[in-house]
Amino acid sequence: MNTRSLRGLWPGLIAALLLTVLIAGSLAAVGVASRPLSVALTLFDPYFFEVIRFTVWQAALSTLISVALAIPVARAYARRPVFAGRTILITLMGLPVVMPVIVAVFGIVAVYGRAGLLNAVLQPAGLAVPFELYGLTGILLAHTFFNLPLAVRLLLPAWEQITTENWRTAGTLGMSSKQLFRFVEWPAISAFLPGVIVIVFLLCFTSFAVVLTLGGGPSATTIEVAIYQALRFEFDPGQAAVLALAQLLLCTCIAVLLIRWLRVLTPTPGRKRDPRARPDAPMRLGKILDSVAIILCSLFVFAPIAALVSAGLRGPVVSVILDAGLWQAAARSLGIAVTATSVSAAMAFGLATTARSLMLERKQHRAKELTLLIGSLTLAVPPMVIGTGLFLIALRISLVGSVTLLMIALVNAVMVLPYLLRSITPVLISSGQQYQKLCAQLGLAGWQRFRRIDWPMIRRPAAFALALGGALSFGDMGVAALFDTTGHITLPVMLYHRMSAYRFDEAAVTALVLVLMCVTLFWILDRSLSRCPS
Amino acid sequence: MTFSRLLAALGAGLLSIINLPVGAATPALTVYTYASFVSDWGPGPLIEPAFEARCGCDLKFVGVEDGAALLGRLKLEGSRSSADVILGLDTSLVAEAQQTGLLEPHDLDLGAVEFALSWSDPVFIPYDFGYFGFVYDSESLQNPPTSLWELVNDTQGPKIIIQDPRTSTPGLGLLLWVRKIFGDDDTKAWTSLSPRIVTVTKGWSEAYGLFLEGEAPMVLSYTTSPAYHRHVEKTDRYRVAMFEEGHYQQVEVAARLAHSAQPELAKDFLRFLLSDEVQTILPTSNWMLPAVRTGEALPKAFRDDELPRKTLGFEPAEVSAERKRWIKRWLTALVQ
Repeated sequence: MNTRSLRGLWPGLIAALLLTVLIAGSLAAVGVASRPLSVALTLFDPYFFEVIRFTVWQAALSTLISVALAIPVARAYARRPVFAGRTILITLMGLPVVMPVIVAVFGIVAVYGRAGLLNAVLQPAGLAVPFELYGLTGILLAHTFFNLPLAVRLLLPAWEQITTENWRTAGTLGMSSKQLFRFVEWPAISAFLPGVIVIVFLLCFTSFAVVLTLGGGPSATTIEVAIYQALRFEFDPGQAAVLALAQLLLCTCIAVLLIRWLRVLTPTPGRKRDPRARPDAPMRLGKILDSVAIILCSLFVFAPIAALVSAGLRGPVVSVILDAGLWQAAARSLGIAVTATSVSAAMAFGLATTARSLMLERKQHRAKELTLLIGSLTLAVPPMVIGTGLFLIALRISLVGSVTLLMIALVNAVMVLPYLLRSITPVLISSGQQYQKLCAQLGLAGWQRFRRIDWPMIRRPAAFALALGGALSFGDMGVAALFDTTGHITLPVMLYHRMSAYRFDEAAVTALVLVLMCVTLFWILDRSLSRCPS
Repeated sequence: MTFSRLLAALGAGLLSIINLPVGAATPALTVYTYASFVSDWGPGPLIEPAFEARCGCDLKFVGVEDGAALLGRLKLEGSRSSADVILGLDTSLVAEAQQTGLLEPHDLDLGAVEFALSWSDPVFIPYDFGYFGFVYDSESLQNPPTSLWELVNDTQGPKIIIQDPRTSTPGLGLLLWVRKIFGDDDTKAWTSLSPRIVTVTKGWSEAYGLFLEGEAPMVLSYTTSPAYHRHVEKTDRYRVAMFEEGHYQQVEVAARLAHSAQPELAKDFLRFLLSDEVQTILPTSNWMLPAVRTGEALPKAFRDDELPRKTLGFEPAEVSAERKRWIKRWLTALVQ
């Protein structure tokens, strides 16, 4: 292959290579340490099948509930493009998914638990929370808490794809609200739905801390839990590698099936988009329904967060905030967040430009779907396995002590890649469709093309993903806990240390600080990047 | 945000998270331990300057998640490990740690040391110990069970939160405790207890946090937990239910590594762990009982009536051999 045939492909090749090295390399590093016997035992253990069954079942239910509820909420937000507090509400919707899971779980317990807010409100009336939190209910509740707002934010752009002409035509035809949904909105939503379903499903499939805390007992065990157990307690890296591969294969099959089964409709192309043009906006019933959807969703999402804030404020706020260690830890977490997000953004951009080049210049029309699929599937690789693999590699080249935080950042970069890829790829491809010829005429390529053409186009859609990635790696606890961070701990690790030392009141304050910083980081990235310069 | 500013942020972020090793002139001793031992609230920050002052060396603690992770780390690193001493394994892990062949006899004459527990092992030295116990909130539970038998069999008994024996040492401790009392009836015992288990958590922190939130009146923890609340929070609200059959003992131990380049320093450190200086630090920083009888009495917060009448335990070799099978029985009983 000469250099010419590689033109336009190298950014993606580099990114794909990096990704392969990270994932395959770490899996191999873990797998090398395996004992063949334990591998065979894992695969033929009936308990393992029970674990798979439960993992798929809870993930399917969680996804169904989260996405089904997200559609009416997103529709309500889309139908009401202007109301006081809308921007804040939508920005804060990004919060649950970036919160450290254990912090969010305590928020949920504070609302729905036995001694929670809901019971405190119901008790005087002689009532009680009508469900048992611990068990499948708790898992579904927590997964909905994380993923309903995420799905709303990921689905919301679908409505922006509906053109003014379409709304006008529908208005002329006198379509009812129901018909509008069926004939105008559904095609637009269904273009986004498969991607959202795959992301939410994978997030629930690989869920770990939620299942272990709210699951109620060992009958609620996901594959990810089994991997943790294999790595941590059985000291059996081989078994962990097998389980990780099984999880990856299973997720690939499910993701491919989901994408094939969910037929993607192409929305009508067109330029002018104005949600105010929709004919059913002034209807009274619609207004009431939208208000109810928005208020209920906000209550559901913000009650646990409010409980965390109030628990934090009851703790020793001053002494925790004046601790210099807290700010050093926060600075390290910020460094991790910036590095992880940048690496991930670079990888996403590389993969997306190559997919574009494959589609537009080489007429490989499946390139886009394939890229998105690969990107999503990184969610199915257990961070614990990547982390352990990277650790083993660093050990071999005697770099363990100095690159700990960098390794944490790299694992996080893989974890946030799907969000970035999903937000950048479609826009880059449509930018290519519009400007490919112009760029060729002007001789714009490489760096100049990125700065002048692509960056202005992707910054808005990428803002949410970058903000999400940044905040997610800022608050990451799972990966950070794997490595030795003595002397240079991150904020989430500090939170955990306080809990391990009985300092639950200080931990509540640390959690509050962590959540506030996540929101701030999220807010700054989301706002400043999406604000158009001209 | 302009593009160049974005690039600058990337550079700054990358720089801030890489720490290159600094060359040291003094000999260094590396001790692997669990994270809470070296956190700001643990004994590590108190022990480090004290030992460095007497050894003229640089004591470097490396903290990993917990005792189980510690052994996992040692196994992963094998002979490449930079550890000289490993500190924080407990009795249920020592047999497996020994099987790695990475550890060496401590080689110390401990004849003069007056241990507070019975111990004779050529490799591991115990530095503190404790007992698993059920801590309860006296404001929501007036009559706690007085025996493990009562806890298991009283269908009207209190709800509890426990930890998973597959992921946590207290969880494994309870499994062994039940096994010790009920023997082959362990499955029956777990089935009987099952309806009163609110949830089974990954580790101690989650369980104890849920307990303090009021999610259950009782939680699996240590008999020394109430001492923390009395000593630091000045409250007598949280107490431990003392069981007639006795309590399962957890001994925390340290050992030195065979390939260490600093065998003498490692030995000095192990001996230092048994000194009065360290032993008096441990109760109020690690919230465990000192392994050595020191001249000083324990702080008032530690009460005599919270010491078990009988100490229970399995031989480490038996735990190592049977652990997987017993966990399987536990799983079967609770999954039904």
